Amino acid sequence: MEQGGVAGIRNQFPVLGRQVNDHPLVYLDSGATTQKPRRVIDRMTQCLTRDYATVHRGVYSMSQESTEACERVRHLVASFVNARSVNEVVFTSGTTESLNLIATILGRGYLKSGDEILITQMEHHANIVPWQEVAKSVGARLKVAPIDSSGDIRLDEFNSLVTDTTKVVAFTHVSNVLGTVNPVEDLVRIAKNVGAIVVVDGAQGIAHRPVDVRKMGCDFYCFSAHKAYGPTGVGVLVGRYDLLTQLPPYKFGGDMIETVTFDGSTYALPPAKFEAGTPPIVEIIGLGEAIQFLIDVGWHALLAHEHQLISYLMNQLSTIPGIQLIGTPREKSAAVSFVMSGVHPHDVGTILDQEGVAVRVGHHCAQPLMGVYNVPATIRASLGVYNNYQDIDRLIEALLTVRKYFS
Amino acid sequence: MSRLESLYQELILDHNKSPRNFGKLDPFTHYSHGINPLCGDDYEVTLTVSDDVVVDAQFTGSGCAISKASGSLMTLAIIGQPVTTIIRLKNLFLKMLLTDTLTHDERQQLGKLAVLEGVKKFPARVKCAALVWRAIEDALSPSATATVSTE
Ligand SMILES: Cc1ncc(COP(=O)(O)O)c(C=O)c1O
Repeated sequence: MEQGGVAGIRNQFPVLGRQVNDHPLVYLDSGATTQKPRRVIDRMTQCLTRDYATVHRGVYSMSQESTEACERVRHLVASFVNARSVNEVVFTSGTTESLNLIATILGRGYLKSGDEILITQMEHHANIVPWQEVAKSVGARLKVAPIDSSGDIRLDEFNSLVTDTTKVVAFTHVSNVLGTVNPVEDLVRIAKNVGAIVVVDGAQGIAHRPVDVRKMGCDFYCFSAHKAYGPTGVGVLVGRYDLLTQLPPYKFGGDMIETVTFDGSTYALPPAKFEAGTPPIVEIIGLGEAIQFLIDVGWHALLAHEHQLISYLMNQLSTIPGIQLIGTPREKSAAVSFVMSGVHPHDVGTILDQEGVAVRVGHHCAQPLMGVYNVPATIRASLGVYNNYQDIDRLIEALLTVRKYFS
Repeated sequence: MSRLESLYQELILDHNKSPRNFGKLDPFTHYSHGINPLCGDDYEVTLTVSDDVVVDAQFTGSGCAISKASGSLMTLAIIGQPVTTIIRLKNLFLKMLLTDTLTHDERQQLGKLAVLEGVKKFPARVKCAALVWRAIEDALSPSATATVSTE
């Protein structure tokens, strides 16, 4: 690619040098998890080989350094998403835990019987099932805002589903299946008309669109490091400080307390209140390096690269007979789902794999959405900063091989 | 033959495109529902068994080429066969997919079903080929559960 920020970037990803089934790897599954740049790998190795020590507990120098290094990452995350304060950044194990955390504490400390929770048809299971459980436990009702055939939320319907009984509105920033970039600010404005709490699933947003939680106006924003060039095992819940103060804790144990006696305990202030136990130290360090990597590449280059490749990919796909795109929203990010007439996605996945092309086939943890489009599964190619035009050409060639078998 | 050619042989592609005995018997004496939650393969198998012989069999549902061809070939292999023979075929078929290479004699017994041997080289697809046979195993077992899952 000619973009300044992404020129030569492939060389920073060691895994891209490998062969799969005798072909150079074409990795088109970044929506599931991204590959890692050398600097993240090196930084985590350095942490393990030179700096590793527990946080918050030791008076010895290494522990203090480790604590400071993790807190520097918290500052970096806060500025990356424009949080109001560093204390709004809670480390979790990933998006799934962030969503479970917020759903659970809203269930314990805010939602009541008869309240309504609104989600959308394009949600990942991680932003459906925790709400179903909470709704069940407090006697609240879960409502689902529909999408139109191109994969955009129907704003008129959304508007009328938000009522005075709506207490929580939860939706994804970017759809992992359709690629839809939701108009977060518009949706928040509608939800805020009735004073609902807004939770945004940012799993697919964080590496693909600049995130400004203050501008968005949401109360909570969740993401995982591993979909943004960082490691698995760590994620973030960014939450409004006053709400984090008022809501009850989620997990209980060390590091989240103020004082403990056998008669009872008092809890630390956020974010420590929500970080019981020893955190994933090395992974937090890796998250910091990954965010620095994104900052160094720069949004200008990231967005231009994604835009060019997505247009090219959509164009090239349209040249193959019998391909139906699932998701043609107004604004599309890096996930492209499709089905091929006469071929089950599973067969497509196997043939592509033999050509060294890694895509995801299946329901993408969005079974209800598959139902909306009336398909059992789709093929999804999703892009990362390291993909290039050749990757897309290789995908297209491999799809033509599929057509040879299934004409 | 490339690995792909050994997987997607003409016979398999043909049975995928025009599956035989595709439908649901009404009435039937035996039934099972086989699902593969991970990839969504989902088939119903219905049988008419009389005097311990499967006199008719149909399957219906949706899934990948391997699972569909396997279902189609299975119905052809079992119609008219005694239940004991079907159980032996099922064991041989699963042995072909899961463990050893077969002897010449065993391959002979499997007949057309041996066309699915190429699936063995694709571990992620073995459960696709096995699904309908797991359903048959279930349908013919005294403790039929009505739904089997290969996960
Ligand atoms: C939109 C969306 N939400 C939530 C998740 C869950 O993320 P994680 O598995 O990292 O917890 C994913 C991951 O696939 C996702 O794409």
